[in-house]
Amino acid sequence: MAEETITLEVTRYRPREDREPRAQAFTVPYRKDWVVLDALNHIKDRVDGTLTYRWSCRMGVCGSCGMMVNGVPKLTCAAFLRDYLPGPIRVEPLAYFPVIRDLVVDIEDFMGKLRRVMPWIIRRTEQPLTAGEYRQTPAQLEAYKQFSMCINCMLCYAACPVYGLSPLFIGPAAIALGYRYNLDSRDEGYHLRQPILAEAVGVWQCTFVGECSAVCPKGVDPAAAIQRSKVAGAKDWFLSILLPRGGRS
Amino acid sequence: MLQHDVLVIGGGGAGLRAAIAAAEESDRLSIGVLSKVYPMRSHTVSAEGGTAAVMRENDHLDFHAKDTIFGGDFLSDQDAVEVFVREAPAEVIQLEHWGCPWSRDPDGRVSVRPFGGMTVNRTLYAADKTGFHMLHALFQTSLKYEKIVRYDEWFATSLLVEDGKVCGVAALNLHDGQVSPVTAKAVIICTGGGGRVYPFTTNAAIKTGDGMALAYRAGVPLKDMEFVQYHPTGLPGTGILITEASRSEGGHLKNKDGYRYLQDYGLGPPTDKPVHRKMELGPRDILSRCHIQEYQKGRTFDGPYGHYVHLDLRHLGEKVIDKQLPFVRELTRNYVGIDPVHEPIPVRPVVHYMMGGISTDLDGATVLPGLYAAGETACVSINGANRLGSNSLTELLVFGARAGRAAARDALGRPPIRSNPLAQLAADERRRLNERFLRADGRERIAEIREEMQKAMEKGLGIYRDRATMQETCKTLRHLRERFAHVGLMDRDAVFNTELIAALELESLLHVAETIAHSALAREESRGAHTRTDFPKRDDTRFLKHSLATHTPDGPRIDYSPVTITRWPPEERKY
Repeated sequence: MAEETITLEVTRYRPREDREPRAQAFTVPYRKDWVVLDALNHIKDRVDGTLTYRWSCRMGVCGSCGMMVNGVPKLTCAAFLRDYLPGPIRVEPLAYFPVIRDLVVDIEDFMGKLRRVMPWIIRRTEQPLTAGEYRQTPAQLEAYKQFSMCINCMLCYAACPVYGLSPLFIGPAAIALGYRYNLDSRDEGYHLRQPILAEAVGVWQCTFVGECSAVCPKGVDPAAAIQRSKVAGAKDWFLSILLPRGGRS
Repeated sequence: MLQHDVLVIGGGGAGLRAAIAAAEESDRLSIGVLSKVYPMRSHTVSAEGGTAAVMRENDHLDFHAKDTIFGGDFLSDQDAVEVFVREAPAEVIQLEHWGCPWSRDPDGRVSVRPFGGMTVNRTLYAADKTGFHMLHALFQTSLKYEKIVRYDEWFATSLLVEDGKVCGVAALNLHDGQVSPVTAKAVIICTGGGGRVYPFTTNAAIKTGDGMALAYRAGVPLKDMEFVQYHPTGLPGTGILITEASRSEGGHLKNKDGYRYLQDYGLGPPTDKPVHRKMELGPRDILSRCHIQEYQKGRTFDGPYGHYVHLDLRHLGEKVIDKQLPFVRELTRNYVGIDPVHEPIPVRPVVHYMMGGISTDLDGATVLPGLYAAGETACVSINGANRLGSNSLTELLVFGARAGRAAARDALGRPPIRSNPLAQLAADERRRLNERFLRADGRERIAEIREEMQKAMEKGLGIYRDRATMQETCKTLRHLRERFAHVGLMDRDAVFNTELIAALELESLLHVAETIAHSALAREESRGAHTRTDFPKRDDTRFLKHSLATHTPDGPRIDYSPVTITRWPPEERKY
C-alpha cells in the first residue's frame, strides 16, 4: 500500500527577490500524531532547506510557532494534521504583521507595545528582601492569574480586525498584560498604567468582536481584560468629574 | 561599532537575571543582551515543577546543602553549594517582588511542595508553569531598565579575544544576515544546555549547546560533561516533559501489571501519600535506571515509540490536578489525547538536563579573563553527578545574579576596548562563515549528520554505558565531524537564513557530543547519572574529581580537577 500523504500549501516570500508572496505545495507523509510543525520540519530537513519559520519548544508554551492554518491563527505545534483531513492545508504567516520571510513575521511593533503598558510591579516603596515576600492570598492571586498566562504568541493580533485596520491599536495581549499588573495586589501602578490602556489608541478602539479570546491557546481571554479596562477607564472618568482629586489613590 | 560594558549571550532566566544584576550594580554601565530568540521564547519557559529554597522554620540551609550534595553523589563543590543555598531564599523573594505569581498558602505566604531527593518541602512553584512565570516576570522586569539593550534574533558565532582577554563577540543578525562585532569588557554566556545532541529529549529545538561550544572553541574547558540527566517521565514520541511535581503531588509510577515497581529497587515501602525521598520522590537518576531494569524484566508496556510505564494521577482527583497540575492536563490532552483525570499517562525516561558545562568559579568567572557563564550552560558546580529537581531554576537566579554583579565590577575596572583589532577579527569571522557555509558547495546534509549524531549518542551515552559502545560512538562522532566539513546549504539568502543557523547549531552540537562521549569514556566508575555496566561502583579513590574537556584539533583532551569538600565527607548514597 502506498504511504498516506497530505499536501501543505505554504506561503513563500523572499523580500529581496519576490514582489509578492506565493503559495508552494509540498506533499508530505501523513501521520496521525503529526502536527503541522512536524510537517514543516519534514520539508525543511528533507525537501527544501530554504523554508523559513520559527519554532522551539513544540509544547505550546514558548509562543514561537504561530501561523495561519487554513486562515485561522494557530500554534502549529498544537495543530494536528488529522484535524485538517483530507487537506490541502494552507499555511501562511500570521495576518496583519509585516512578513520578514516565508512564515516569519516582524513582531517589533508588539515588543514596543509590550513595554508601553509597563508590565512590571510598580510600588511607591519597595519592601526590603529581608522582610520576606509580599503576602498575597490565593484569592488575590486568582484575581489576575488568568491574565498572566499570555505566552506572547501573537495569535490574538492576527485575529483582531481592529489591529488589522489600525496598527496603532495597542492590541489584546498588551492590554491584557497591563491589566494583569493593575489587578495584582502587590502593584501600585494603576494610575500610571490605566491612562495608557484607556487612551485613544487603547481600549476605546476595540469593537468587542471577541476574536482574540476565541483564538487564544492559553485561555487568557484578552477580550475580558479589554472590556473590564474600558469599564475601569469610564469609572475613572466619571469619578474625575464627581471627585476632582480622583476616586483612586 | 556596537559597544557595551557587559554583554550577556542568551536571554533566558540566567541571562535576564545577570543583565538586571549588572544594571543594578552601577548606573554607569551599558548592558547588552544578545539572543538567537526573543527572550520570552527561551527554554526556561518550559520548566514546570518549581524552584528550591529554604523558606520555612522546619527547614535549614544545611538540609538543602546536604540533599543537593547527596543527590549529586558527592561530586558537587561544597563551597558552591553553600553559597547556593544561602543566597537562594533572597533570590526567590526577589522574584516574588518582581511579580512572579507563586502559588500561595491561605495565609498569603508562598507555598512549598516536596520534590525528588529533598528531605523537606522547599520547592516554590507557580502551579506547574514555574519556568514560564519566572521567565516572563524576569523579562517584563528587564523592560524597566533602559540601559539594557537587546539584540533579539542575533546569533553569537564566536568570541572575540584580544591579548588573552575577551572583548566581545562576532554575531550574526538574522534579520539582515550581517556579521558584526559587538564589543564588551565582560561577556556572560547564559545559553542553557544542549539536550538536542540526543534524539529524545525534553529540550526545545534551540537547545544546541551554542554557549558551551563558544567557550570550548576559545579554549575554556567544559567540566563534568559526562553527567547527562534523564528525566524519568517524558511523553513517548515527543519527549514532552511531564513534571516531577505530578509525583510530588502524589502520582504513582506503575508497570504493565499496575504494580508500583519502585518498591523493588530499595525505594519502598509504598505509601498512599508521598514520603520525602521514597518511591516516586526518589532522585531522577535512580528512577530512570529503575525504568530500564523494569524493561529488561519485561514488565513495561510496548508502544510505537518503545517501552513505557504509567504515571497514574487518577486518585488525585480533578480538583487537585486542575489546581496544581493544569499544564500536565493540558499537555496530555493536547498531545496524547489522554485526560489524566481518567487515564494513566504513558511515560518513559528522556534526556533533560546537563549537569556539566563551562567550568566557572563561584562568581561565574572562567579561566579566560572577561568571560563568565551562568545557568545550565555553566558548571559551578552545585549539581555534581546528578541534579535534584527544582535546583536548576534556583541556580540560574543565584549564579545569574552573581555572574552579573561580578562581570559588572570587572567591566568597571577595565579600559575601553580598542575597536580596530576587533573589526579585523569580525571580518575574519565573516569570511569563515562565507567560506565554510554560504559559498561552500558541500553535499552533506545537516539533518542527516544531526540524526546520525543523535543516534550514536543515544546508543553509547544513554542511561547505561560501557567502554566498547562508547568507543564506537566516539569514532562515529569523529567521522561525523569530518563529514560536517563538507556540509552544503540550500539556502544562500542573507535574510533570516535558518538553515545557516541550523549549520552553526550542528557545529555546536558536535563539539558538545564529543566532550560528553570522551569525558564519559575516561570516567571508569558509576556515579550519579553516569552508570557503567563495566564499572558498576563509585570509585572515590580514582574519580572523586571533576573532568575537564579541553578542545584540541584531534578532539577533546580530558584532564581532572579536585572536588571541594567542606563539611560533608563522601558516604554511600542510599535512599
